[in-house]
This record gives sequence, C-alpha cells and structure tokens, in this order.
Amino acid sequence: MNTLFDKIWDSHVVQIVKDGPTQLYIDRLYCHEVTSPQAFDTLRDKGLKVFRPDHVYAMPDHNTPSDQQEVINDPVGRKQVDTLKQNCEEFGIKHFAMGTLDNGIIHVVGPEKGLSLPGMTIVCGDSHTSTHGAVGALAMGIGTSEVAQVLASQTILQSKPKSMRINIEGELQPGVTAKDIALYIMAQMTTSGATGYVVEYAGSTIRNLSMEGRLTLSNLSIEMGSRAGIIAPDEVTFEYLKEREYAPKGAEWDKAVAFWKTLKSDEDAVFDMEVTYRAEDIAPRITYGTNPGAGVAIDECIPELSTIPEAEQAGFMAQLKYMQFNPGEKLEGHPVDYVFLGACTNGRIEDFRAFASVVKGKKKAENVVAWLVPGSWLVRKQIIEEGIDKILEEAGFELRLPSCSACLAMNPDKVPAGKLSISTSNRNFVGRQGPGARTVLASPLTVAAAAVTGVITDVRKLM
Amino acid sequence: MKQKFDIIQSTCLPVAIDNCNTDLIIPARYLASTTRDPKFFGDAFMHDLRYDADGNPVADFVLNQPDFSEAPSQGVHEIIVGGANWGSGSSREHAAWAIAGYGVRVVISSSFADIHRNNLLNCFVLPVIVSKEFQTELFDTIAKNPKAEVKVDVPNQVVTNVTTGNSEHFDINGYKKYCLMNALDDIDFLLENTGKIEAYEQK
Repeated sequence: MNTLFDKIWDSHVVQIVKDGPTQLYIDRLYCHEVTSPQAFDTLRDKGLKVFRPDHVYAMPDHNTPSDQQEVINDPVGRKQVDTLKQNCEEFGIKHFAMGTLDNGIIHVVGPEKGLSLPGMTIVCGDSHTSTHGAVGALAMGIGTSEVAQVLASQTILQSKPKSMRINIEGELQPGVTAKDIALYIMAQMTTSGATGYVVEYAGSTIRNLSMEGRLTLSNLSIEMGSRAGIIAPDEVTFEYLKEREYAPKGAEWDKAVAFWKTLKSDEDAVFDMEVTYRAEDIAPRITYGTNPGAGVAIDECIPELSTIPEAEQAGFMAQLKYMQFNPGEKLEGHPVDYVFLGACTNGRIEDFRAFASVVKGKKKAENVVAWLVPGSWLVRKQIIEEGIDKILEEAGFELRLPSCSACLAMNPDKVPAGKLSISTSNRNFVGRQGPGARTVLASPLTVAAAAVTGVITDVRKLM
Repeated sequence: MKQKFDIIQSTCLPVAIDNCNTDLIIPARYLASTTRDPKFFGDAFMHDLRYDADGNPVADFVLNQPDFSEAPSQGVHEIIVGGANWGSGSSREHAAWAIAGYGVRVVISSSFADIHRNNLLNCFVLPVIVSKEFQTELFDTIAKNPKAEVKVDVPNQVVTNVTTGNSEHFDINGYKKYCLMNALDDIDFLLENTGKIEAYEQK
C-alpha cells in the first residue's frame, strides 16, 4: 500500500537520523552557474573532494545570452559562467559548455539526454528541478548549502514530505494544454496549496499527455508550493527515453524498463490528500496578478473586489496596481508589448510546434517584440530539422539561441519597466522579467495568438 | 553566519506581505555573484522594495520608516514577522543570505515555502511557524508599539509576544535544534557518516 513517492523515497534511505530528518541518497545532482559557486567554495574551505563526481552534471543556463553565445558582455555573469567551468575542471565534473550541442536549460537537457530516469532521486539548486519528476523520478529543488552537502556526500538531509495525488480525468478541450492544467490547479488550490507535499499527477488526462506536456506540468509543481511533482512512468515515458544519449542500452534497457514498470502507486495506496479535477472544466488560462495562482480562464474577467475575501483584498489590489489592471476587467483584447516563448516550462519541441501551428501563414503583430528561445541546442536542432524555423521566419519571427532568457532577467533579455509581457515562463512575480516589468503567464498556443494579434487573444478563435 | 541559538528577545520588523517570494527578498540580478560576503547580500535584501529605480529609498516601505530603519543588532530588529507563504518561488539560498546578511536571526510566519525554510535553517536563521491568530496579534502589537518585543526561546521551543504575554509552542526537530544550539551544520554530520553512505552504495 505504498505510493510511488514512498517507493522511491524508501529505496534511497541511508539512515533516519534520531529525532531528525532522513539521510537520502541522491542519484543525480545537476549544477548550474548561479547556485553552485558558493557550494564549491565550501568544499575548498573544508579541503573536500566531490564524493561521487560521476553522479554530477553541470551546465550554465541562467546567464547565457540568447542573441549570441561568443561572449557574455556582463562581466559579473561572465565570471559566474567561467567559475562553473573552472569548478568542474577542478573537481572532475562533466560540464556542458555554453554554445555547444550539449548545452541548454538544465531542466530541458536532463530528460532529453536520458540523464533523468524513472526511480531516481534528483536534486539541483533550482526550484524547477520538479520538472524531472515527469519521468517518474523524485526530483527536488534545494539550496546552495544542500548542493554542497550532495557534492560532499551524495546525500541530503530531508524530512519526509506528505503525499498528495491530483487526478485529472477526461479529455482536454481544443486549445487547452498542460500549461493550462497547471495554471488551473494553482488557481484552485493557491500557490501554497501543496506546500509540504509531494504531488503525484494521475488520471486519464495525465496518461494521455505527451512527455513534453508532463514535463511542463511537473515543472510547475513548485508554483503550487509542492516539494516535488511526480508522474508514474509508462509507455510514453519509455518511448521518450529510449535511445537517449545517457539512457541504458540493449539488455540494460530491457532490465531497466522491467524495473520501471513496477514504479507506480499500489492500488490501495493512501495519500495524505487527494483531489480530482475534470479536464473539460479547464479552458485556456491567463494570469492577471503577481503570483501564478492569480489567473482566470481567457474568456473570463478579473474578479470583482467584492468576490475576494476581506483579508486578501489589500493584497489583491496591490497586485492589480502593479499590473495596471482593474477589478472586473476583461483581459482579452488588452495590448501586449512583449511575447516570450521558452523557459524550462515551455521551451521544448512540442511548444515550438504549438506556437508555429498558430502563427503559420500569419504575421507577427507590429507592436510586439517577440523572443522565441529554445530550451536547449537539441530542441533548436530539431526545430530546424522539422522546418519550424521557416514557418516562424515567414511569419516575421526570429529563432534565438538556447537560454533561460526572459524568464528571470539574469541575462540581456529583460522586459523594460511598465511593459506588458505575455510569457510561457513560470513566474509573474513583481520584477521577475525585469524591474517594473509586467507579466501574464499563458500557454504557447495563447502566447502565439497574442504574437500575431498584438493583444491578449483566445486562441480558440484562431483555430 | 554560524552562531549558537539560545533565547532571542528583540524588537521586530513587520513585513506584512503574503506570498513574499524570494525574488522580492533578493532580485535575480544579485544572483550573478560568486561571493559569500554577508554585506553584499544584506545590502541587496528586499532591494527593489527599499529603493526606487533611481536608487532612492522608498519612504513608505516599512524598512525605510523611522521606526524600523535601524539596522538589526542585539535586541533590535533581529526578528522579522512576515506574511503567509514566506519565501515562495525560487530556491535561491541568496534570499536566506540576504536575510542573514541584513542581521536578522528569526523569521516568524504562519507558513513558509519548503525550500526557503530549509535554506534559512542552513544559514542559521530560525524559521518559526505560528498560528494565523498569533501572527495577526503580532502585527497588531507592533502596529501599536514599534518597540514591542518578541521572545524566541529555542531550548523550550516557545515564542512569546512580550507585550500581551501570549505564547505558542513551535516545532523544530531534535536534530536541527541541537545543530542550531551548538552552531553545527549538516555537512559535518554527513561527513561523519561516510561509512553508512558507502554501505548503502554496496546494497
């Protein structure tokens, strides 16, 4: 009567500390340039080596420019990227350098290289590590002190989270994607609704999602507050992972798949919390506030103040003030200034196919600056192989180079103060895309619709 | 940053922002650093709420108000009383470094995001979870008297609103409490357990 989460957790317990947390073995540590330098410094301070360097993979992504990757002009960002490379050389860690076919956003690269596999424990100094849970792994974001702990011991101290299952049943309506499912769940349960839990996504809707869709949903688990998101591996997972660069091959593959097939919650597994949503209740979504839970269906209006609980009204109004929106206002038809397709949330091949399907034969709106940024060099290669770049080009769009780009304003792709950006990224926080920038979150389809109309648009009307 | 915890009694900084995410606690542009300098991160603490685009202090932000602008020191502003879901969003430990670098030793809230809570503990800042009612009373007390003190008794795991005398028990596991009270960090514990790790790998 164990959950999938129990099974992975239990099989990685090194010891349970008396009156304390569990020491958990970690199969895979990913490092990027932002949250690792101080961890390597800790090792140097203590005169330590990396305990299991072959379990660690590193790549820069946050500071990487999306217009050219010859040089990072910002000296501070450049130093951080150089420092990662030097640390990897010093400590014997595999490093996927900027501008090479191996590189990309860590949460796109891990699954697509077959480095993130079912049943693994995976950590990274990045909250969107939850992404990797889509392959059936227990994947958690951690802080830099914990990165140092894993580098030094390949283990981590964690108190066991509670378990939650979110079931989505039924068929998604046209124009509705995994991104919309996630934004819908957050609006239902708030951005702290799953704090303290590991969430397993189940139900017929999830089974019918592609691997890319599952990665998007799992990526956004952290925006519900959850410690991790996880989806039991199935044929979709195996098909996706087969022949990937680091996935097992030959007899090892067969053995692995036989084991992976056991990785599911038992029929009688009991969760600390269980909720069910119906796919047909989910429409294309858009956010209006400064947390990802503050959103509505694209054809709905921003809530009236009177519908907001009194204790939350001041916060609600503060969000709208920043966003320059009004209570009760309809978002549809609102002009946008910037369009961003990309990030670890929606920077995969399926997202570019979706965007291209909407803009094909149309033209980019003149009032819009569009950044289309593949999540990895492999994604970019596939975009070109499939001719998607031509469709984009004919519609007046330019394909940029792989980067975290405009998701978090740590590289040149910053949205100027006061400008409105419609974005496939994961956070609409105050200043997230640049100081003073205003962000509405949506799916690649909805963002594509805005890219050709210049205003927030219900993509179903273009389909 | 490593310091022993016992009893802390101090005036407080009321930061009544719900869902105060780590992007607000420290904006992303301060993350491109490779330093561990506490002053660098302390200066960046809540930067874009404290300062406008031209670098001038935002007068009505709580940390710039005369009652709360004094930098933390022993007994003064060592405690933040924060809004619900404190530290949501990004896993950046830089947010905990900013809080510690500013001089704060305790954050009290009705709820914390999981990763940030772990980060605070690893940076020797104590997250104290209290009831919504207790949190509301603290905000009220501080609004009436900015010099109101809160006492955080780590050995007994009790937090007290000194003005009203109301107190609550708070949770912390025995291992972490021992670490905080003796200024020990997790990495040293893990290194003492290498034998167990290798035994696990042999299984």
